[in-house]
Amino acid sequence: MIADAKSCHVGSCFSCIDILTALYFHSLRINTQNPLWPQRDRFIMSKGHGVAALYVTLAKRGFCSPDVLQHYTKDGSLLAGHVTCTATPGIEASTGSLGHGLSIGVGMALALQKDQPQSKVYVLLSDGECDEGSTWEAALSAGHFGLDNLVAIVDYNKIQSYGAVAEVMGLEPFADKWRAFRFAVKELDGHDIPALIAAFDSLPLQRGKPTLILAHTTKGKGVSFMENKMEWHYHTPTMQQVDLAVEELDSI
Amino acid sequence: MRNAFVKTLTELVQEDPRIMVITGDLGFNVFDEFKVRFPDRYLNIGVAEANMIGVAAGLALTGKIVYVYSIIPFATMRCYEQIRNDLCYQNLNVNIVGVGGGYSYSYFGATHHAIEDISIMRALPRMTVICPGDPWETSEAVRAAASLPGPTYLRLGKRGEPLVHKPGAAFSVGKGVIIEEGKDVAIIATSTMLEGGLAATDMLKAQGISPMLVSIHTIKPFDADLLRDIAQRVPAIVTLEEHTIYGGLGSAVAEVLAESPHNPRFKRIGVRDTFPDTIGTQIYLRGKHGLNPEQIYNTVLDLINHAL
Repeated sequence: MIADAKSCHVGSCFSCIDILTALYFHSLRINTQNPLWPQRDRFIMSKGHGVAALYVTLAKRGFCSPDVLQHYTKDGSLLAGHVTCTATPGIEASTGSLGHGLSIGVGMALALQKDQPQSKVYVLLSDGECDEGSTWEAALSAGHFGLDNLVAIVDYNKIQSYGAVAEVMGLEPFADKWRAFRFAVKELDGHDIPALIAAFDSLPLQRGKPTLILAHTTKGKGVSFMENKMEWHYHTPTMQQVDLAVEELDSI
Repeated sequence: MRNAFVKTLTELVQEDPRIMVITGDLGFNVFDEFKVRFPDRYLNIGVAEANMIGVAAGLALTGKIVYVYSIIPFATMRCYEQIRNDLCYQNLNVNIVGVGGGYSYSYFGATHHAIEDISIMRALPRMTVICPGDPWETSEAVRAAASLPGPTYLRLGKRGEPLVHKPGAAFSVGKGVIIEEGKDVAIIATSTMLEGGLAATDMLKAQGISPMLVSIHTIKPFDADLLRDIAQRVPAIVTLEEHTIYGGLGSAVAEVLAESPHNPRFKRIGVRDTFPDTIGTQIYLRGKHGLNPEQIYNTVLDLINHAL
């Protein structure tokens, strides 16, 4: 799909696809027949550049026909290269500029806290967008308001747009930063689906506190020649590389 | 234009020890060589544009000349108040280099499109706004920005835009350039639309029409003298910008015309007040707003023929 569209960000998609799978096929309370069901959980893809992974997940889950994926980023398509809420049913917020999603999530969590107390709000963040001050403004408010219906998940693949996180703008001690902002924190392997499911099943981690899942991930996970390579933020795979990748992924 | 930018910047850092570059975590295939050659002059501040502008202000207040770099919405809107207060209010030599004018980031979607940047940057006191239309204008503008005392906004394209100007053209901040003389209509273009303006000019000439082609690379300060001169000499003026028709080149031209005694027929070609409802290539998105050469040609013909 990305190769066909001559698009990019494939490394970012493989980094978060297991998280999306755990959420959409186990944890999220959603109804594909009624995408605007008021009691649903909300999911915000704050790392909007990972959009291809979200579109695929939504199609697999039944929010839209898999046929629409072939139009991804093409002329006349609704499926833009960053998350756009008009693209398919099931998308809660448009993103693409980093550092917006957590604030929107705080707003949803505040609204739901009183009206729909059983609904949770999940926000998937990239590590790079934790550079943005607005992410921390949102974190400060989530902690202050004690939003235990809010779950932030950081896709911590340690490679941001133009370099390694540790070299560009180090985030460590990362978990402690979230704890200091009054989040209950769980660290796990973001490709371990049972671990993800177990964590999502035990929410809230602590009553009266928002949750932060620090998901240690690998950029380009599952494709040997993409793993941990910054350039796969930008490159379009050739059809030959697609075949190689599919072969490797099929063997998992 | 990106290549022309980094090439000129590479020359400048070697000429002037005060020059520094900050990127907001972008620059793949742009700064790859630069950051290795000049590690002391290059800073990746992360995805943190508000901090980037504030840090640039601090560097400038301590004697540095700073170029900051990101995709246009992030380099301008995300940190607009920092630009206004930290850079403009204090009149600092910080030069904001935004990449991706208009629909350069095509299918990436509206978050990455640069459609309102000229308007908002133009509204700031002390801000110089330069929108180069080809690699030559880019090099000249990047160089000129270093010697201007206050802040400058440089709006770049993203593709390998072709050279439009002929050798020997003269660049001066605030001065438009008549690329082609003509008497039937003036096509006034800026930024990423200079190329399209040239293509439409050639099509009109092939039909026996005499179009004037003007590049307004500096939107602010605006070359009102040149415009008044043009308005005396041609019966019709078309402005061309890959940007909203509210507040950009078309508005700047309209403002001058409205306060002048001249009254040529006038048409703004630019982005109408909307986000794209469907996505696609830059050519596809331009086509929704009449910005492709054939469409420009037809609009100019209609204007000349009093059909508009």
